Amino acid sequence: MLIHSCLTSFGRYLQLMGRTFTRPERFRMFLRQYVKEMSQLGVDSIGIVLLISFFIGAVICIQIKLNIQSPWMPHWVSGYTTREIMLLEFSSSIMCLILSGKVGSNIATELGTMRVTQQIDALEIMGVNSANFLILPKIVGLVTMIPLLVIFSIVSGVAGAYATAYVGHIITATDLTAGMQHEFTQWFVWMGIIKSLFFAFIISSVSAFYGYNVEGGSIEVGKASTNAVVASSMLILFSDLFLTQLLS
Amino acid sequence: MIELKHLYKSFPDKSVLEDINTVFENGKTNLIIGQSGSGKTVLMKCLVGLLEPSQGEVLYDGRDFVHMSKRERTKLRREMGMIFQSAALFDSMSVLENVMFPLDMFSLDSYKERRRRAQFCLDRVNLLEAQDKYPGEISGGMQKRVAIARAISMNPQYLFCDEPNSGLDPKTSLVIDELIHGITKEFNTTTVINTHDMNSVMGIGEHILFICNGRNEWQGSKDDIMGSQNEQLNNFIFASDLFRKVKKAEMEEQRDARR
Repeated sequence: MLIHSCLTSFGRYLQLMGRTFTRPERFRMFLRQYVKEMSQLGVDSIGIVLLISFFIGAVICIQIKLNIQSPWMPHWVSGYTTREIMLLEFSSSIMCLILSGKVGSNIATELGTMRVTQQIDALEIMGVNSANFLILPKIVGLVTMIPLLVIFSIVSGVAGAYATAYVGHIITATDLTAGMQHEFTQWFVWMGIIKSLFFAFIISSVSAFYGYNVEGGSIEVGKASTNAVVASSMLILFSDLFLTQLLS
Repeated sequence: MIELKHLYKSFPDKSVLEDINTVFENGKTNLIIGQSGSGKTVLMKCLVGLLEPSQGEVLYDGRDFVHMSKRERTKLRREMGMIFQSAALFDSMSVLENVMFPLDMFSLDSYKERRRRAQFCLDRVNLLEAQDKYPGEISGGMQKRVAIARAISMNPQYLFCDEPNSGLDPKTSLVIDELIHGITKEFNTTTVINTHDMNSVMGIGEHILFICNGRNEWQGSKDDIMGSQNEQLNNFIFASDLFRKVKKAEMEEQRDARR
């Protein structure tokens, strides 16, 4: 029964994606929506990305310095570990998990509300491919903006680590810089960006699927929003496992 | 002209529409009436393609809507305008943008011309002054009028209205009815209204289809209603005290005239 339900949902998801990935009817309308979604899903998320990354960068640095670093370890360990955690996992995977909560629920609620207030029906009756018009700009918008958010997250995390040196005086800036520069691998930045592109697709398409297929009223919209966040978070975690093995 | 031939619609657990046959003519205000749960909305959804009929034909000037390809159906839909019960305006767009939306999607006119057309439609529903407002900032009646303006912006051949008067006071309902009726005559559209508002039935009902338990129980004009002997129709139409009194007075008038 569970397998049947999962396969049915997956089939419906593929059908929806089939309708979504078609040529936009009016390119100027697509562009207008695309810019709007980039702003709503990407630019509006910059604040939360910067804030969380800054504090996580600072906390990782403090934890490593106070609990792991010892006289037996090189002085650059704290900076090095902070950088690697930010580059390899936090700024891509964990940040996308956080974004699935903010952006995913936003997409599912918006589309779910449009469904229950018959706005999607209105589009269909006008002869508009509602999936293409509403979902494609969201997917393309988030996939476009996510590399920027990853870079902002990395920079903010490093800034947070430096704050522990300059403001908290927990570590010296020289040690931190030494760690940050130790055996820097540029590929790790690319790996984070590549992973985030997949996660952005998962967040936007899965949330859109749940929102677009809402039936009922406000309670169902709320449920769809929760399901969208849970499903996209789980898919991010699973795909992170495969992508990390594939890209490492 | 829209023709329905032997239309059936059933869901896994129940049958909603059974053998509906009727013709909705051009330039006429056609009304679908019936009790809540009688199948009016399902019929309207089958007409516009939001639901697939289980059996039967829906012919738009001879074109079979049920069996046509997706592309042809999309093309035909551009000849339709629909006013939803909830108005279904796009929250993120201003009133003018809402009315311009179908033009932006399908018209090849310049921005100036599209804007002028949208403003003409808003002026037709006396809402030009509200063009910069958002749907959340205007009243329910105004939202319905914006929905009418949006529905007529592409000069539709077929206009569908799903309970256009629900939630409105009698005076505003009258304005909406007159507007829809006026547009039907002015643009010679085939208008189909789904309603259970008796004021609309008696005011603008040129062709009325009464549905009871999913079957077309009675068809006729507003003038035929008064003399109808159909028990189901009389129970429905004259459920209110006011309409019962009106019918009684009318029958007495007829009796006096005969003497």
